[in-house]
Amino acid sequence: MKNSIFAAVLAASLGAATAAQAEITVGFITSQSGPGSSIGVLYDRGMKAALEYASSVGAEKIKFIQLDDGSDPSAATRNARKLVEENKVDLLIGTSTAASTSAMVPIANELKVPMIAISPISVAANDAGDRWAIVMPQPPTLMVKVVVDRMKRDGVKQFAYIGFSDAWGDLVYNGAQKPAEADGLKMLTNERYARTDTSVTGQVLKMMAAKPDAVLLGGAATQGALPALALTERGYKGPLYGTPALLNTDFIRVGGKSVEGVQVSAGPVIVAEQLPDSHFSKKISMDFRAAYQKANGTPTSDGFSAYSFDAWLVFLDAAKRAMATGAKPGTPEFRVALKNAIFSTKDLVGTHAIYNYKPSDSYGVDERSLVMVRLVNGQWKFEP
Amino acid sequence: MNGEIAAILAMDGIASGAIYVLIGLGLVLIFAVTRVIFVPFGDIAAFTALSLASLETGGRPGTVGLVAVLAVLATAVEAIALARNRAFHRLPRALLFYLVLPLIPAAAVWFAAGTTLSMPLRIVLSLALVLPIAPLLDRIVFRPIADASVLLLLTVAVALHFALSGLGLMFFGPEGVRTKPLTDAVFDVAGLIVNGQMLLILAASIVFCGLLFLYFEFTIQGKALRATAVNRVGARLVGIRPTSTGTIAYLLASLLAGISGVLIAPVTTIFYDSGFLLGLKAFVGAIIGAMVSYPVTALGAVMVGLLESFTSFWLSAYKEVLVFSLLIPVLLWRSLSFAGTEEEEAEE
Repeated sequence: MKNSIFAAVLAASLGAATAAQAEITVGFITSQSGPGSSIGVLYDRGMKAALEYASSVGAEKIKFIQLDDGSDPSAATRNARKLVEENKVDLLIGTSTAASTSAMVPIANELKVPMIAISPISVAANDAGDRWAIVMPQPPTLMVKVVVDRMKRDGVKQFAYIGFSDAWGDLVYNGAQKPAEADGLKMLTNERYARTDTSVTGQVLKMMAAKPDAVLLGGAATQGALPALALTERGYKGPLYGTPALLNTDFIRVGGKSVEGVQVSAGPVIVAEQLPDSHFSKKISMDFRAAYQKANGTPTSDGFSAYSFDAWLVFLDAAKRAMATGAKPGTPEFRVALKNAIFSTKDLVGTHAIYNYKPSDSYGVDERSLVMVRLVNGQWKFEP
Repeated sequence: MNGEIAAILAMDGIASGAIYVLIGLGLVLIFAVTRVIFVPFGDIAAFTALSLASLETGGRPGTVGLVAVLAVLATAVEAIALARNRAFHRLPRALLFYLVLPLIPAAAVWFAAGTTLSMPLRIVLSLALVLPIAPLLDRIVFRPIADASVLLLLTVAVALHFALSGLGLMFFGPEGVRTKPLTDAVFDVAGLIVNGQMLLILAASIVFCGLLFLYFEFTIQGKALRATAVNRVGARLVGIRPTSTGTIAYLLASLLAGISGVLIAPVTTIFYDSGFLLGLKAFVGAIIGAMVSYPVTALGAVMVGLLESFTSFWLSAYKEVLVFSLLIPVLLWRSLSFAGTEEEEAEE
């Protein structure tokens, strides 16, 4: 008897729970602990700014669930599955390391939930040829292409390359090859070093011996400054170029005078204040800055938090169109509608780019999503 | 490659080799006396650098908390062991050595945080702060299993490394640090630019090798350490306590690691997990010395540094591969020339 009453109560409460789930549910995973947390925390703050900016689709409230993956790909996978199976989310957004983000994609494909990746990864379609995930950031090849094109404009004929001896170093090197060939630039060296290395003297000597007009840095963050320091020590005076991976306060702190004048490609949001008013990113980026300040109590100048913000904009835009199809949130039909809406995003203005997604491709940005910036007196300056 | 490039590379290689020498000697010292291949040894060097950096920026290094927790744990372990043997009269001494002494530098740093200290004082403080870590870990982790096989000790040491680097992430955060240079001096030697930092590293390495030699040859304690290394049972029979020699070995080795941490911090960026690779490369040097010979270890470590420097010029993408491949011929040669003396020792 008691049991049946209990069961009835349980059923009633479950029923209430399902009824309440008519609102759109979004699951967000980021790394708030572990080695990926330096970026993960920024993603988290960017998302807080996004919620501050808009927390509903039209009149429809959004239920937002956030989990920490501890920078561990298997935890990211577990959390993604939990969000879909237990919390019945309509959309997944995540996460801060490429490995964890890549690990979430198969879950999205398998459970047929749209996903927005906020780390640059390459996404494969599932077995049926469907894509369920889009990627917000600029693809690495594009980040490098813009830099190589700028080198050509600056009159560089041949340049030396030094990068990390990991996947990132490979991405930059491979990304530079094609545009360099197209622009008629010669890449003289392919030198590599590890993040834990204490010296790059050998690599730098070899680069100097090749007499480059410029040097392309394929490192990241703090240790991205190591070759610049060694180059200065050996008397190199030519220009330095790099990727957005160098947009980091520790890079500036450690590099000091040696990295002064380095030019890197960056999302326009990085230099939002300096953009001309006619630039697409100016208004939305300033709105983002304001929302960020309000939500987190600190100003921002990083690009990572803006990816979460843009992911939210893409979602809001797509959700509006998905709701128009009449599908009810929390159902498989709605997820399909949302996916179709996301993959037909057209000319959506975000802080980083103007997003256009097509069913055939998970990347949706073009060259407008990157501007060149130069480090002057420890500050990034817009270089039109 | 011309002569000048070769000279620069050689200099660079010897400088990084000198760092490996300090760490390699420490590894051999600990192994010889306690039979532990102390994997977290590189972490000690990295922690010194990180502590120094946070003192420099006026912060409070996370090592303070680490030392305090370890000191309390070690005291508890020691107190329980003494209580079991009903040796209560030794309790005050244990409290002094395991609680009070390690906490003195920690307390000093705790109260000094926020004030700007002079460079030598910062270095001394961070060294003093890091020194107790390895002996305390020894008391907590290794002494209860001191008679276990070398393999078990190694496994525990590996686990300890992961624990320590996890704690490092917690205390110091994921970003790397670089300290201010110890000297800005630059010398011109026969057309080559030699910076003072490099000379300092070399000088420190040579001085400490010399001191270590004098210590082993001319002091009773040093001789006791050597005796324990040669034969633990024999050393005990003549009245040498392996536990205290073990502690001395850990202290000495920590000093070496700490010094190398201080020296390397201005040259490169140190992360919470940078220590492992430093330790691993020094370990290659120690293997060349068969984990017993100090001079051969030093030679091996310099060789690793040189190899690293020259491969970074020729084949930078394969640098690590080549350095660690060096182990294969060395191990082959070692196993052919000595037939498993360590195994026998482990089975005693």
